[in-house]
Amino acid sequence: MRFFEDIEVGQRRELGSFTFTAEGIKKFAAQFDPQRFHLDEEAGRKSLFGGLAASGWHVGSACMKLLVADGQRLAKEAAARGETIAIWGPSPGFRELRWVRPVLAGDTVSFATEVLSMRLSSSRPEWGILEGRNTGTNQRGELVFSMLATAFVPRRSGKS
Amino acid sequence: MSPVMNTLVFEDFKPGRLGSFGPRQVTREEILAFAAEFDPQPMHLDEEAASRSMLKGLSGSGWHLCALIMRMMCDGFIGRTASLGSPGVNELRWLAPLRPGDELMLDVDVTRARVSRSRPSTGIVTLRAVVNNAAGEPLCEMISPIIVQRRDEAAAEQAG
Repeated sequence: MRFFEDIEVGQRRELGSFTFTAEGIKKFAAQFDPQRFHLDEEAGRKSLFGGLAASGWHVGSACMKLLVADGQRLAKEAAARGETIAIWGPSPGFRELRWVRPVLAGDTVSFATEVLSMRLSSSRPEWGILEGRNTGTNQRGELVFSMLATAFVPRRSGKS
Repeated sequence: MSPVMNTLVFEDFKPGRLGSFGPRQVTREEILAFAAEFDPQPMHLDEEAASRSMLKGLSGSGWHLCALIMRMMCDGFIGRTASLGSPGVNELRWLAPLRPGDELMLDVDVTRARVSRSRPSTGIVTLRAVVNNAAGEPLCEMISPIIVQRRDEAAAEQAG
């Protein structure tokens, strides 16, 4: 992954895609979100979603999965160039998460992330704080997911 | 007898404490399994790497904690609510790490309840959910609306 100094506002990365199968939707829902429209095709069709719909937390978790995989790709590339690898810190949270449209069984969602703002942490000088918008778009090009995420990113100069 | 007497409808959600739900114990195996599938960062998977992270020890994925909050809400009240889903999350803060063995308690308050302008047969109930560990330390706070059917609509639907 990249250091704070290597990142600029406006940078965008395509993170890849995730396909939501009926089986995967039901498995996640049975464990974490057992509402009928996430568990049963017929109940999903009769709901506002119009079909078996993935839990919103499944969609968010899939976005996280692809963000982590992208970070690991960047780390591998940096290691191959002989550079120091930046290890990102935890996230203090997010805001304005929108499940814009339902994600239904069979949908493939492509996720992307774009840097919105950057600032230095006042309490932890070796860290910067980055805010970015993560989005998910389905196979028809419709926005289905959007959130403003915050993360602690290490500063190159802060390295011991 | 009302056909909806066992179902919570919009009119049942008044500003104030809705309830406290739990405890829900979280095992190390659950933390590792969720992280392996959706958030394979070393701080969620590897004791040694986790001890060197900002969170100083193995911690669960923040998305795992979100999913657990959803499950506790389903078991606590959404499972018997005429809920039509949620459009998103206004704000979510991860305040302290989820640790293996934690026993979670969830406090849920209704902060606002209003009839939907675009779909007057439903209401929008804004919830504030705070999940605490056994020591009473808050781990995560979430502010999120859910869409709930109004009494007449829920009754008409159940009457078929």
